[in-house]
Amino acid sequence: MKPRTADKIATVVIVTFALLIVAVLIGLLGYILIRGFNHISWDFLTSAPQKIRAGGGVGPQLFNSLFLLVLTLIITVPLGLGAGIFMAEYARPGKLTNFIRLIVEVLSSFPSIIVGLFGLLLIVNTFNLGFSLISGALALTVFNLPLMVRITEQAFRTVPKQQKEAGFALGLSKWKIVTSVLFPVALPTIITGTILSAGRVFGEAAALMFTAGMSSPRLDFSNWNPLSPSSPLNPFRPAETLAVHIWKVNSEGLAPDAVQIAAGASAVLVLTVLIFNLAARYFGRFIYKKLTASKRMS
Amino acid sequence: MRGQPTNKRLEKHHIENLIGRIYMSFCVLLLIVIIISMVYFVASKGIANFVSGEVKISEFLLGTRWSPEAETPSYGALPFISGSFLVTLLAALIASPLSICAALFMTEIVPGWGKKLLQPVIELLSGIPSVVYGFVGLSVIVPFLRDTLPGQGIGVAAGALVLSVMILPTITSVAADALASLPQNLKESSFALGATRWQTISRVILPTTFPAIMTGVVLGMARAFGEALAVQMVIGNAPFVPHSLFESASTLTSVITLGMGNTTMGSPQNNALWSMALVLMLMTFIFVLLVRMLERRNKI
Repeated sequence: MKPRTADKIATVVIVTFALLIVAVLIGLLGYILIRGFNHISWDFLTSAPQKIRAGGGVGPQLFNSLFLLVLTLIITVPLGLGAGIFMAEYARPGKLTNFIRLIVEVLSSFPSIIVGLFGLLLIVNTFNLGFSLISGALALTVFNLPLMVRITEQAFRTVPKQQKEAGFALGLSKWKIVTSVLFPVALPTIITGTILSAGRVFGEAAALMFTAGMSSPRLDFSNWNPLSPSSPLNPFRPAETLAVHIWKVNSEGLAPDAVQIAAGASAVLVLTVLIFNLAARYFGRFIYKKLTASKRMS
Repeated sequence: MRGQPTNKRLEKHHIENLIGRIYMSFCVLLLIVIIISMVYFVASKGIANFVSGEVKISEFLLGTRWSPEAETPSYGALPFISGSFLVTLLAALIASPLSICAALFMTEIVPGWGKKLLQPVIELLSGIPSVVYGFVGLSVIVPFLRDTLPGQGIGVAAGALVLSVMILPTITSVAADALASLPQNLKESSFALGATRWQTISRVILPTTFPAIMTGVVLGMARAFGEALAVQMVIGNAPFVPHSLFESASTLTSVITLGMGNTTMGSPQNNALWSMALVLMLMTFIFVLLVRMLERRNKI
């Protein structure tokens, strides 16, 4: 074959495959959203699921997912920031640093079901927290922490060196430079990454089946006492999240409209992740403008 | 006169630094504690059956019969181990060519709008939760396979197809990064010699970036090997070594997902599930090791 013909064929093949991926995404999103959209209504979003009859909603599940996400972020963000700052600014190249880097790598590539099993063994049984929101949040911490460390480290590494040097020249302590010179510059990247990781946590199911549980008690949304068992804010109650609900409905759903419920819930889940994605882009840019002098510079 | 405040400022300086260091050390220590306790707990549960003599390691790894409720129970996990490897390899075989083409499209063919088009597509694909992939697989791929090909639709082929879409973004983004970081002059000299674009891609670009692209493939396989729910929904969960791609099978993750809630803690059956979790964990270590080796090769 002439090189020129081979070149043409290869180009066509590459372009076709690339466009095929775009088509797969459009097909996927189109299918999920169009199939699920008819089923989404205010009633579906707020009412409790039905076991055997049709017409159940996903209200508690949606709330659980969001609440669990908030709990997880409250735990992981400060911890991830600390370890990430250490890796970016303090760690000297050496055996210990390599070891920590390896740990972050291994932790972030553990299958989520292993994280769930570990949670079942240690948090649910040994610490005796039972199937509860707090167990789920701690398991998700294992899942999310390595991500946060990476995000923070990368964000700090992109800060120009001169900023640090300027801080030293002013006689500031290293910690002060980290917190009040480097951190604001790195913050937009950190926030963008955090929101994106939140999207992953929001859709996580395997790690939660064995920790947050697969059932939700009856919730009384007018009861805001965090210690009462029927209160939605009680962190020690079992909580089925939206993603776990989709799995359960698909594998052992008894309601006659199980397929529609799964479609509706999937659409809600995907829409939320899409919103997270858009928010990450928007917020990152907005905060960058707010915190840095980029407006005055231009 | 001025000595005093300087001294004070120095003290504050030290205290600040100290607090910062203590806090960071705590965070890093936590990471170490988490990983050590994870390995310890999963391993201690995973080897319980072998230590007590309930099940032999060889029987567990090579036995093909999984019937924990039979009168003489047998705990052969080979059907699940082979199932896991089969779907992972198939998914990598389907996804790798597609991903490499997508990466080439973004970096070599139309670097401008190609990247603008594919970057968000890749990000969105990687953001879709795995249960949603399972749901779509169950309601689109399974009926499609059932209508066009022999078998029930659920099975190895459906699992591999769902997984291949799930790992597309991983491979594509790693491959695209590798291609984008290739020195420009390599390509330019190839073009200067009169090579066509495809000649440049196939003889210069792909061989140079091969280790980096393989890193992406291994990362994708690691993800596929550990994926639980999406596979469980479409693979059929039959405890046999599959004889064809359209037969039901099981993976390690799908058996653990289904079995863990229905067995009592500490029973031999439950411990056998933990042994499978240990296998998963060891495979993760192997994948990480492979990635590290490939990255080292990439540096030279």
